[in-house]
Amino acid sequence: MENRERKIVIPSQILGDLISQQAGRGTFVENGKIISEKLGILNMKSNYVNVVPLKGRYDAVVGDFVIGIVQEALSSGWLVDINAPYPALLHVNEVPWDIEFGDTEKYLNHGDSIMAKVLQVDESKKLQITLNDRNLYKIKGGHIIDVEPSKVPRIIGKKASMIGLIKKYTRCRIFVGQNGRIWIDGDMEGIEKVLQAVYKIENEAVSFGLTNRIEELLKKDAKDVR
Amino acid sequence: MTIVPLIKRDYIYKLSEQGKRVDGRKFDEYRKIEIETNVISKAEGSAKVKIGNTQVLAGIKLDVGEPYPDSPESGVLTTAAELIPLASPDFESGPPQADAIELARVVDRGVRESEVVEVEKLCIEPGEKVWIVFIDLHILDYDGNLFDAASLAALGALFTTKIPVTRLLEEKDIDSWQKKLLELYSITGVNEVIKNKIQNMKEDFPLPLKEPPISCTSVKFNKVVVLDPSLDEEEIADARLTIATDKNGDIRAMQKGLSGSFTRDEVQKVIKVSVDNGRELREQLYKSIGKENV
Amino acid sequence: MESEVKLIDDQGKRLDGRKVDELRDIKIEAGVLHRADGSCYLEWGGNKVLVAVYGPREAVPRHTQNPLKAIVNAKYNMAAFSVEERKRPGPDRRSREISKVISEALEKVILIEQFPRASIDVAIEVLDAEAGTRVAGLTAAGVALADAGIPMKDIPVGCAAGKIAGQVVMDLGKEEDNQGEADLPIAISPRTDEILLLQMDGHLTLEEFEKAFDYAVKGCHIVSEIQKKAILDKYESVLEVE
Repeated sequence: MENRERKIVIPSQILGDLISQQAGRGTFVENGKIISEKLGILNMKSNYVNVVPLKGRYDAVVGDFVIGIVQEALSSGWLVDINAPYPALLHVNEVPWDIEFGDTEKYLNHGDSIMAKVLQVDESKKLQITLNDRNLYKIKGGHIIDVEPSKVPRIIGKKASMIGLIKKYTRCRIFVGQNGRIWIDGDMEGIEKVLQAVYKIENEAVSFGLTNRIEELLKKDAKDVR
Repeated sequence: MTIVPLIKRDYIYKLSEQGKRVDGRKFDEYRKIEIETNVISKAEGSAKVKIGNTQVLAGIKLDVGEPYPDSPESGVLTTAAELIPLASPDFESGPPQADAIELARVVDRGVRESEVVEVEKLCIEPGEKVWIVFIDLHILDYDGNLFDAASLAALGALFTTKIPVTRLLEEKDIDSWQKKLLELYSITGVNEVIKNKIQNMKEDFPLPLKEPPISCTSVKFNKVVVLDPSLDEEEIADARLTIATDKNGDIRAMQKGLSGSFTRDEVQKVIKVSVDNGRELREQLYKSIGKENV
Repeated sequence: MESEVKLIDDQGKRLDGRKVDELRDIKIEAGVLHRADGSCYLEWGGNKVLVAVYGPREAVPRHTQNPLKAIVNAKYNMAAFSVEERKRPGPDRRSREISKVISEALEKVILIEQFPRASIDVAIEVLDAEAGTRVAGLTAAGVALADAGIPMKDIPVGCAAGKIAGQVVMDLGKEEDNQGEADLPIAISPRTDEILLLQMDGHLTLEEFEKAFDYAVKGCHIVSEIQKKAILDKYESVLEVE
């Protein structure tokens, strides 16, 4: 059931109090009051007052699937940009290949893209990712774009409905990383259509009836010849 | 430093092989250009130019000072550029790096060597007092092609500059300058309108300017050459070429950048593209400044 | 230095027609730059300020990193053409000082413990200057930080008060700043009225200070509403209700 009340809140806005509610994500408590700490959308879930951020860097959560871009090959692994405030470390032990010491560059180097999973986030926000999973690998071909991480849920849609719709009409393989990075593979026309749909969702993420509008956009281009 | 994923670069290459660009433009097409003048009240002249999302603000400040010893009857022109941290996550604060210096010097040459500003008409008292024109380029948002945005902004600002005559000159200096101007104009020929303006010099006296050359920048990647590179294209470019052309289609300035190379053929193609687009940009510039020149 | 110009006339009207407790016109727009994580354009009287926020991102150089929290780097800079007599590009001592007091003010409201080892970079550019640039810059920074999705306890806001022709007034204009007897810029956390920035120069009796301070706080609250509206305007426009 969709929350029709899409209320935008800003930092310092008082959202509720501890007498009847609990402080969820994106909020802090002061003098018994629950206050928003971010620009975002108010989301009430079973007594918890949450603020879903509208903007901001990716906030890494263990278990998230992300797309990373390799910054640097080190002797013990690689430094990978995952659009978080910090680069993530991919240790040699966390890849499915058997690597000789000093050979890290042969496997992954500056500019390579990988489909990875967030392995660990410690108290000082040091991030570690892993490629040890059958679904994870070095990406080849296709195209990569960046969107606001906060828009990812909308691009995927409830029960992957939105992304399923896009895949259906464009016949592209699409992988949406939780960190706002999206990989698209298919023929050139298909990729273009996916880009159009994704940018439209990014700009209109907060509005209603979006799924229908996206479907119309995708249907329309299916008949157009460039 | 922002890293460009190899996949993205390959995608841009693939598109280019089909004659396409990421944002759907043709190879010789500019993004949307917006020119706004008189945007800064403290500046004697100013212009803000947007090319796509790239935004550059140029401000002109005037002062009275001594001429250079080797050109005692000539005004002074100086251009500075700041790639301030505002405009990009990769710009650092501190003294200008090579990029900023190159940008400033290229814009400066485009203005100076083309003699857009008639510096001999900026002499108040030979050897003693001349007008000094400061062109300051402030990059606000970097999304590719700073050269063209900065050049256009500098021109837009120059063409709407008002010299603060009564604020900075004493009576005797005004007289001296008027005499000099009339002298110079009598050689080249002066119409009544200009004569009038000189004799009744007011606070809004315009800078003496000639027809400007227009800068057009292209980059090369994967053996194709495209005009007005977006940020993505600039990030993967091997070589860059900026060409300034005047209204007759003659070349007034050139600058090649980055470590790749151009073939002779490519250079000639870029020249042609620059001449054609230079014309259109000039028209747009004139429209925005409401061209009434001294 | 002649001041035959009357800063306040007998009807209590100032040079630009304002009353003693009136603010200059203010216009604020959020999210105006493409590359920045958050941004704000602000006009306050004749001031034009543009602010960009980048971050949180790993602080460099590494030795500046704080293992427990983010560092806030606000850099206040005036464009060469922003003032009547051209200013040489680059930071001078005044800019450095203002950068420091603004950084410290922002640090208090940003939830910096959420980002150890990171930096939050705030670039404040004054494009056109007319008295009160530091409070204008800080006010715009508050909006830009919210626009960037940076978590904060409150949106900081600033305003100045001063004394001209023996009278305490709100929000000094250019002439008033040049010829006035005191200048009091402040910044507060509007939700709690905590003082984040406080500077003063000139001469004020204790009583005058109380009055000036009240004016400055009052001004802050008025501006705070304008900030909040600017942020909501930017994002609510995407909200369509069927």
